[in-house]
Amino acid sequence: MRSEARREDGPRAPVWLRVLAYGGLLFLHFPILMVGLYAFNTEESAFSFPLKGLTLRWFQAAAAREDVLGAIKLSLQVALAATGVALVLGTLLAGALYRRRFFGKEALNLMVILPIALPGIITGIALLSAFRLAEVTPNFWTIAVGHATFCVVMVYNNVVARLRRMPHSLLEASADLGADGFQTFRHVALPQMATSLLAGGILAFALSFDELIVTTFTAGHEKTLPIWLLDQLGRPRDVPVTNVVALWVMLITAVPILVAWRLTQGTEDVAGSSR
Amino acid sequence: MDTLPGMALPAPARPRAGLARTVANVLYRRRTLYLLLLLTPPLLWFGVVYLGSLLSLLVQSFYTFDDFTMGVTPELTWANYQALLDAANHDIILRTLAMAGSVTVASAVLGFPVAYYMARYATGWRKGFFYIAVMLPMWASYIVKAYSWTVILSKGGIIYWMVERLGLLPALEWALALPGVGGSSLSTSNLGRFLVFTYVWLPFMILPIQAAIERVPGNLLQAAADLGARPAQSFRTVLLPLAFPGVVAGSIFTFSLTLGDYIIPQLVGPPGLFIGNMVYTMQGSIGNIPMAASFTVVPIVIIGIYLTVARRLGAFDAL
Amino acid sequence: MSSFAVELKHVSRHYGAVKAVDGVSLSIQDGEFFSMLGPSGSGKTTCLRLIAGFEQPTSGSILLHGQEAAGLPPYERDVNTVFQDYALFPHMSVLDNVAYGLMVKGVAKATRHKEAEAALELVALAGFGSRRPGQLSGGQRQRVALARALINKPRVLLLDEPLGALDLKLREQMQTELKSLQRRLGITFVYVTHDQGEALSMSDRVAVFSQGRIEQVDSPRNLYTRPKTVFVAGFVGTANVVKGELARRLTGSERPFSVRPEHVRFATSAEGNRVSVEGQLVEVQYHGATSRYEVRVEGNQVLTVSLLNGEADEASLPRRGETVRVAWAPEAMVQLEQGGG
Repeated sequence: MRSEARREDGPRAPVWLRVLAYGGLLFLHFPILMVGLYAFNTEESAFSFPLKGLTLRWFQAAAAREDVLGAIKLSLQVALAATGVALVLGTLLAGALYRRRFFGKEALNLMVILPIALPGIITGIALLSAFRLAEVTPNFWTIAVGHATFCVVMVYNNVVARLRRMPHSLLEASADLGADGFQTFRHVALPQMATSLLAGGILAFALSFDELIVTTFTAGHEKTLPIWLLDQLGRPRDVPVTNVVALWVMLITAVPILVAWRLTQGTEDVAGSSR
Repeated sequence: MDTLPGMALPAPARPRAGLARTVANVLYRRRTLYLLLLLTPPLLWFGVVYLGSLLSLLVQSFYTFDDFTMGVTPELTWANYQALLDAANHDIILRTLAMAGSVTVASAVLGFPVAYYMARYATGWRKGFFYIAVMLPMWASYIVKAYSWTVILSKGGIIYWMVERLGLLPALEWALALPGVGGSSLSTSNLGRFLVFTYVWLPFMILPIQAAIERVPGNLLQAAADLGARPAQSFRTVLLPLAFPGVVAGSIFTFSLTLGDYIIPQLVGPPGLFIGNMVYTMQGSIGNIPMAASFTVVPIVIIGIYLTVARRLGAFDAL
Repeated sequence: MSSFAVELKHVSRHYGAVKAVDGVSLSIQDGEFFSMLGPSGSGKTTCLRLIAGFEQPTSGSILLHGQEAAGLPPYERDVNTVFQDYALFPHMSVLDNVAYGLMVKGVAKATRHKEAEAALELVALAGFGSRRPGQLSGGQRQRVALARALINKPRVLLLDEPLGALDLKLREQMQTELKSLQRRLGITFVYVTHDQGEALSMSDRVAVFSQGRIEQVDSPRNLYTRPKTVFVAGFVGTANVVKGELARRLTGSERPFSVRPEHVRFATSAEGNRVSVEGQLVEVQYHGATSRYEVRVEGNQVLTVSLLNGEADEASLPRRGETVRVAWAPEAMVQLEQGGG
């Protein structure tokens, strides 16, 4: 906030910079606007522009499709399971790593980040080959296990950032006043972590809900929403329903992301800066 | 015993008894045990599920695949790695690397002004607006974004419509005729593929650069100006070196994500496989997991080298 | 049972090669206002944290009212702490903050809130219970921290630079209040500070720390008038510490000695029973009630003379650059040990 005043007094951005900055934003949102627009398209099997006409009937059609609803349900269930695991593992890791220094700490840090730092295809094929070795047929749980693995980092990042900002004296004060480790966790640490847990959980949920690449390896015959969409791209006859579902997916993810952003506001967490 | 004025009731001074307190005491005295208890579940999970899988993948990259029986036998061989050097496979690797490199450069060029404006000029609500405006597309569904581009780039779609309206169709056709860039249409050209990749990973470049510039104290630039540097000079000599770790951090994402992608090359662009497609095809329809595994070692090694260099350049502080 | 509230016996706390506390022994009487004074990094705060139980000693023994406390967690010690940053729980109301110690002991809500109200009254914050810590001023937070630490009725209260974050006026007011509170409650206060003025004005006894060791434990008056080491002489008040050849010539001893600036006067000639030395006046500083004169004498040592303004005849005072003679009574000299400083 110290810098706020300075910038308000500071010079306005040169025109060319403003053009480039807002141009960049336009570029980022243009395809999203297109998705919104085409969901109302009357045309059934092409993408001609300008649109021939607008209609709401595809929304009804999509809502009546068993396969769409099944895919949404599966994706929600997977995301819930993965988020649950990520919350537990991420919090444990954050608690162990946020303050103490010990041998191998750097390696642990790397291990948590690796599943999102390495291309999804590596995580995907590694899991698949391991599942085959263990003779596990891909199912709901193989998807959830894969997702949980790369969701941990979302929770971990948020919680660790929060814990590092929390004055350590709060925990000491609690112990000083007679609270043992469990009581301190329940009455001080947990309330302090609450928003970061929620934000991390939401990001983990959103990440799992949209994940495609790892899922294509671990899903077997199960169809999560992104896989359903991928399959749809090979079905030109079904374009209108695809358009509507694409819009839904956008909206389903946008809301939690905005909530997570609100939660981390003023705490300087860069939500998702290392997705 | 002391008495506090106004405090009539003596507080019960006896400590809490019971199992919880006993366990808490043990954990207090044995910090290593406590740490171990915290770390065991995540270590087991990552060790078994993740590192175990990676290791099994690595081991399988040395297994033998029999072309006739289409079966895998656990006889160790270097054959899969030797096959990487085949001209065809070699091409795949180079093609992927070239795309990852150009996408990274384009993202940096496009992303820097946005990040710079966000960090230096956007204030108040505008700052929040920019942040959300970059974050939402970043988190929006990957497959929906890729799909949207197939709509945008399609013949008769909005790009062709605009190009036609502006009378630039000859220019587009000229560009599409360039070797290495073009293709028969936008959605089957390298140019189209490059556009989609750049779009999808651009936010991952903007945010780290923004964070890095944000950390450069404003008074540092004022000091430079004070010492007589023109804006362009202080930008080049002060800001750019300090923002560079952010660029490198962002490039880790854009580079690594492009390197491992196999969906976008499938949807947009000319025929010709990427590393990711090769891996997917090898394990899928052919069932040659050993070859697929040896192919995944390529991006792992490249990214390993990239991360080592990036660490030297101080990129991890900007993450 | 011993009458000591806190006893440290040969206590050390090492972090790798760093000796934060190095063989410290001290005994604090029951009901005493005891200060631990020293520059930052001298080990005083670590000492306090060892007593509180936030740190465990590498070696040595810590007795609280005669019972061994080393190894005990903080929550099983009958001491409470007022933290430098107050460490109020931001997610709780002021009342719940103060009642925290009772809550974790399982005291019923109505009872603990009643006691918390009483404790708030004690620190003149009655009626503030429903606020959040974030809505209070620095001085008010300080009082809440005090009330919270007192709710468990500790026999020893540890205070870690509790006034460090307050501005000067408020700090002086709180010093008076803390002292009177300690007198009323009659409990032991162990007070960590780097401010020698604060330590001298409030304490019954002061331990001066330097580099993880105790230089001297004494009453404030003795610390000032009878410093034992070079470090104490220089840290508690200002002192002219004379060393080397000059010290030998003036006292006939190898040991350095100190003489307070207010005991040094300008002299016209060598007077029989006074110790005097010649030098050049290099600096004159005006300080309101007093003025300070810095005189460079042999061996490149600088002696400070402090004179009450208006006491001496202005015209007779030397000017910068002049050669002057300074003198003091032999009994104003205190022989020192080299010590840690």
